Amino acid sequence: MRNATSVRRMSRSGEAGLAMLRLSVVLAMGGMALLFLMVVAFALPAFVQNGGGGPFSWSWSPGHGEFGILPMMVGSVAVGGLAVIPGWVTGVCLCCWLLSPTRAGRPGPWRVLVAGLVRVMTAVPTVVYGFAAVFLLAPSLRMWLGGSGFSWLAASVMLSVLILPTVVLVLQAGLAPRLEALSLSGVALGMNRLELLWHLVLPASRATLLSAAVLGFGRAVGDTMLPLMLAGNAPVMPDSLLSGVRTLTAHMALVTSNEVGGQAYDSLFMAGLLLLVINGTVSLVIRHMGGRA
Amino acid sequence: MNRILSAFALVLLGASLAVAAPLDSFKGQKGTLDIAGGTAHIPVMKKAAQAIMSANGDIRITVAGGGSGVGVQKVGEGLVQIGNTGRALKESEIAKYGLETFPFAIDGVAVAVNPANAVTSLTKAQVKDVFAGKILNWKELGGKDAPISLYVREDGSGTRETFEERALDKGTSTPSANVVNSNGAMKTAIAQDPNAIGYVGIGHLDDSIRGVTVDGMVPSQANAADGSYTITRLLYMNTKGKPQGLTALFIDYIYSEDGKGFIRSSGYIPLDKK
Repeated sequence: MRNATSVRRMSRSGEAGLAMLRLSVVLAMGGMALLFLMVVAFALPAFVQNGGGGPFSWSWSPGHGEFGILPMMVGSVAVGGLAVIPGWVTGVCLCCWLLSPTRAGRPGPWRVLVAGLVRVMTAVPTVVYGFAAVFLLAPSLRMWLGGSGFSWLAASVMLSVLILPTVVLVLQAGLAPRLEALSLSGVALGMNRLELLWHLVLPASRATLLSAAVLGFGRAVGDTMLPLMLAGNAPVMPDSLLSGVRTLTAHMALVTSNEVGGQAYDSLFMAGLLLLVINGTVSLVIRHMGGRA
Repeated sequence: MNRILSAFALVLLGASLAVAAPLDSFKGQKGTLDIAGGTAHIPVMKKAAQAIMSANGDIRITVAGGGSGVGVQKVGEGLVQIGNTGRALKESEIAKYGLETFPFAIDGVAVAVNPANAVTSLTKAQVKDVFAGKILNWKELGGKDAPISLYVREDGSGTRETFEERALDKGTSTPSANVVNSNGAMKTAIAQDPNAIGYVGIGHLDDSIRGVTVDGMVPSQANAADGSYTITRLLYMNTKGKPQGLTALFIDYIYSEDGKGFIRSSGYIPLDKK
C-alpha cells in the first residue's frame, strides 16, 4: 500500500516535471518563432523598397538616401572569420595541453589553474575586454603599425580571446571521452597522452574540431560590444587589417541610438535578418556535421 | 556628532525636495503627450519623459524622431503635441500652421584634437578638407609629420548634424573615418590618439582634449551662448497655438532646473524661457 502511494506520488511529480519541460520547450520555441516573424515582418518594407539606396547596396549614407548594409555584412564575416583562426588554433593547442598531463594521468597545479581560468573567462563581460583593449591594444597597434588603432585587426584579436573558452570547452567535451577510451591501450603501446591525442584522437574528431570553429565563429559574429568599441565602425569595405570596419551588430547599436522610424531604422531589421541568417546557417552547418560524426 | 548628522540629513532632505519640486506640477495629471521631430532633442526629451512618467504613472509620453521637417509637419497637422526642430521655423510654416516656438538649448560643437598636438587653430576650409579626407597629414596643417586619424559621430547624432551643417556647410565627412557613438567615446579616442581630430559637444570640452580655434573663433560655452562662436544651433520645441495642459507643463519642465540638468547631461547649453 505504502509502496503504491509513493509510486503514485512519484509519477505525479514526474507528470508535473514533464509539464514543466513541455512548457519551457513551448516558451523557447514560441519565442524563437515570434522573433523570426517579427524580424521578417519589419524587414519587409526594406525588401519592397525599389531603386537604388536600398539595404542591398554598397553605400551607407542616410543623408543622401543611401541605406546599403552590404559593407556591414562583409564586415561581420571578415571580423568573425579573422577572429576564428587564432582563436581556434590557440583553443586546440590549449585543449591538447590540458588533456595531456605528463604525471600519470593526473593534472598538475598549472593545468588545474589554467582550466579554472578558461572557465572564468566564459563569465567575463565583453565590455570589460573592450574597455581594456581600448586602453591597451588600440594604442599599441597605433604605435607599432600606424593608423588609429581602431581596426579590423583590433576587433578580431579581442574576439579571438572572447571565443577561446567556447572553443576549449567544446573541444574538451568532445575529445576527453575519446582520449579516455583509448588511453589504456595507447599506454600499453608505449604512447603518451599527447601522442595519442595528436595521432589518433584529433584525426578521428573532425566533427568536434569543426563544430568548435563554427560555434566560435557564431559567437564572434554575434558579439556587439567589441566591434563597436574597437573596429572603428567606418561603413566601408576594409582594404587592410588596419582599416576600420563596421559589423552588422555594431551598426544596429549605432543606428538605434538615434533613429526611431524612417528608412535607416527599417534597414536595421534587414541587418537583424542577415545576422539571423548568418547564425542560422552556422547552426545548420553544426547539425549537419553532428549528423556525420 | 548626532547633531551634525541630523543637520546633514536635513540638508540632503532639502536638496531632494528642491530637486523633486519641478515634478510636483504633474501631480494629479493624466493623459498622453506625443513628441516627434529632431533627433538631437531625443536624449533630453527621453530623460524628461522618463522622470515625469516614473513620478506619475497616469501620464504617458512618447518620443519619436524623424527630423526637423517631420517635427513641423506632425505638430502642424495635430498628430503630435510637440514637434521638435533643430532650426528656427520658417515664416511660411508659422503662417500655415500657427505654430508657437520655444528655443530651449544651444547645441554647440567644438573641433577637438589631442592636447599634445601642436596645431591649435584651423580655418574652416582646412576643417572641411580634413573631414572630406583631402588633407591626410598633420604636416599640411603646420603640425608634425603624422597621418591624421579622423573620428566622427554616428549618423543621426545631433552633434554630427550640427557639425556637418555649420562647420562643413552641409557637407559630409569621408566614410572611412572612425565612428564613435557618444561624446564620451569621442573624448576617450581623442585623448588617447596623438594624431586624432574629431568633434564634441561644447559642454564636453575639458582638459583631456583640446578645442581647436576655427576661423579665429574660440570654442567655449560663453562664446556659444553670446553668439561669437557660430558652429552652433538652437534646439526648439514647437506647439500648435499656445500650449495647454500637459503640453504646457512639459515645456515648463524642460525649462526647470531638472530640465536644464537633462540638457547639460545631453551635452547642450540650456536657455531660459523668453
